[in-house]
Amino acid sequence: MPRLLPYLLLLPATAFLCLFFLYPFVQVAHDSVMRNGVYTLENFSRMAGHWKFSTAFWNTMLLAAVVVPIQLAMALTMASIVTKLQRGRSSILYIFAIPLGISDLAAGLIWLSVFEQSGFLNSWLVGLGIVDQPILLLGYQNTWVIFIAIVLAEVWRATAIMMVILVAGMGLIPKEYGEAADVFGATRWQKFRRVTLPMLKPSLQTALILRVILAFEVFAVVVALGGTQLPVLMSETYHWQFAMQERGVAAAFAMVILGVSVAFTILILRLLHVPKGARV
Amino acid sequence: MSETSVRRAGNRVFIAGVALLILWVLLPIWLLFVNALSAPAEVTGFPKRFIPSFDLASLSFFFGFSGVIDALWNSVKVAALTMILSIGVGAPAGYALSRFDFPGKETFRFLVVMTRAFPLPLLALPLAVMFIRTGLDDTILGLALVHTTLALPFAVLITFSLFSGIPLELEEAAWTLGCNRVQAFTKVILPLAAPGIAASAVFAFVISWNEVFAAAVLTVENRTLTAFLLQSLDVSPLPLKFAGGAALVLPALFFIFAVRKYLFAMWGIANR
Repeated sequence: MPRLLPYLLLLPATAFLCLFFLYPFVQVAHDSVMRNGVYTLENFSRMAGHWKFSTAFWNTMLLAAVVVPIQLAMALTMASIVTKLQRGRSSILYIFAIPLGISDLAAGLIWLSVFEQSGFLNSWLVGLGIVDQPILLLGYQNTWVIFIAIVLAEVWRATAIMMVILVAGMGLIPKEYGEAADVFGATRWQKFRRVTLPMLKPSLQTALILRVILAFEVFAVVVALGGTQLPVLMSETYHWQFAMQERGVAAAFAMVILGVSVAFTILILRLLHVPKGARV
Repeated sequence: MSETSVRRAGNRVFIAGVALLILWVLLPIWLLFVNALSAPAEVTGFPKRFIPSFDLASLSFFFGFSGVIDALWNSVKVAALTMILSIGVGAPAGYALSRFDFPGKETFRFLVVMTRAFPLPLLALPLAVMFIRTGLDDTILGLALVHTTLALPFAVLITFSLFSGIPLELEEAAWTLGCNRVQAFTKVILPLAAPGIAASAVFAFVISWNEVFAAAVLTVENRTLTAFLLQSLDVSPLPLKFAGGAALVLPALFFIFAVRKYLFAMWGIANR
């Protein structure tokens, strides 16, 4: 009995993950190469042949490429601040962590209140005399404004998750390393660059993987701010599944998102590889 | 400049930076609540004031809108069920990982960690079909099962770190005093782990409460609040959107406040 106990305790979770995690992924892969009961690549060719596909693909990539570096820089700054604080640490940490609990849809709506035509940004611009009349910011004429709005909303919403992981990681770095650097006369920047960053690699790895995958999944923020004017992979997946009732093509989209996510996970694991013995 | 004045200037820059970051986080939320607490005419009017008029017409319009109360209630039910399922299934696994060494342990941990390398909301696509076959389509339980997949890895890892933090000696002492395994767990370990388990339950609740994609794919009649708001985005007037956004955000603020002490335990261990 004692030898079986751990397996018994793991059984529900394992069964659950097999049924609702492994099986659906096999199924979605299967659906993507199946059409009218025959194995075919037609779903993929229909997906790639649609004029919106490459726009959606590159929008998603570009968003991730712009958002993630900004978030990394901000999360590192916020984490360094929190780590350094002596007074008010927990309240500032709570404030910084608030967006962690906010839905991407709500974040999109929050930034919609800033960017819509009668919104706060226009009120500012008119109030300062920069423009005479409120301008249509989120229109199809200037998709770059929609892009910027989405970037701001994403940076605002999802930096907190990286920050918390990095704060936790910084707490794990033994103080002695920083003290040793002080003894050798290192400046703050040198200490950050040569001590903190290398020691932080495992946390950076986790934070980046989590964040990059979430960036490829960007959906509600985009729909809330841009409607259908700025297609991304996830919104196209949703569109094919629902409006077009083409489950096979939706599954093909899912496979693309999946492929990109796995590729980047492997890339980040390689780039930030930490040898087992070098971990704190 | 002397060294102290340089340091003082540096401190001022530091404080200004902190203030700026706090403003960056809080100002957008403030703006949303300004809209939610203003009359519909003010929400669509121009220019905007930066202080709400505390007119509840937008909110009462939102709560009176057909389907909103149902959607809110559905959101609560799905989130509560997700909470129960993810702790009920995850906590035993976390306990097993923390207390036993057994072949297959690493494989299981790999399975749990791997879930993080996949875009989980996409699971909703194939599951939609499976649910139609099993009669789970458009049900609270069906959606809660998908949300549990999102929350389960966290529940396992968090409870793992919680139980690991409680010395085995306490349990052993209980055994020598005549408790069996179950009694030792419920009388000694559970009281110690309860606050942390509650925190991770709240976290599971928030994950489900906020989830949009799977909710929108899997529910039709029984839509949750996020699905309702998403699907009515192109037709609903601005006051409805902002009041809805505020309704989504407000509980989240309390939840994060409630679990703030455990945020690190939750994300810190997500590193391993």
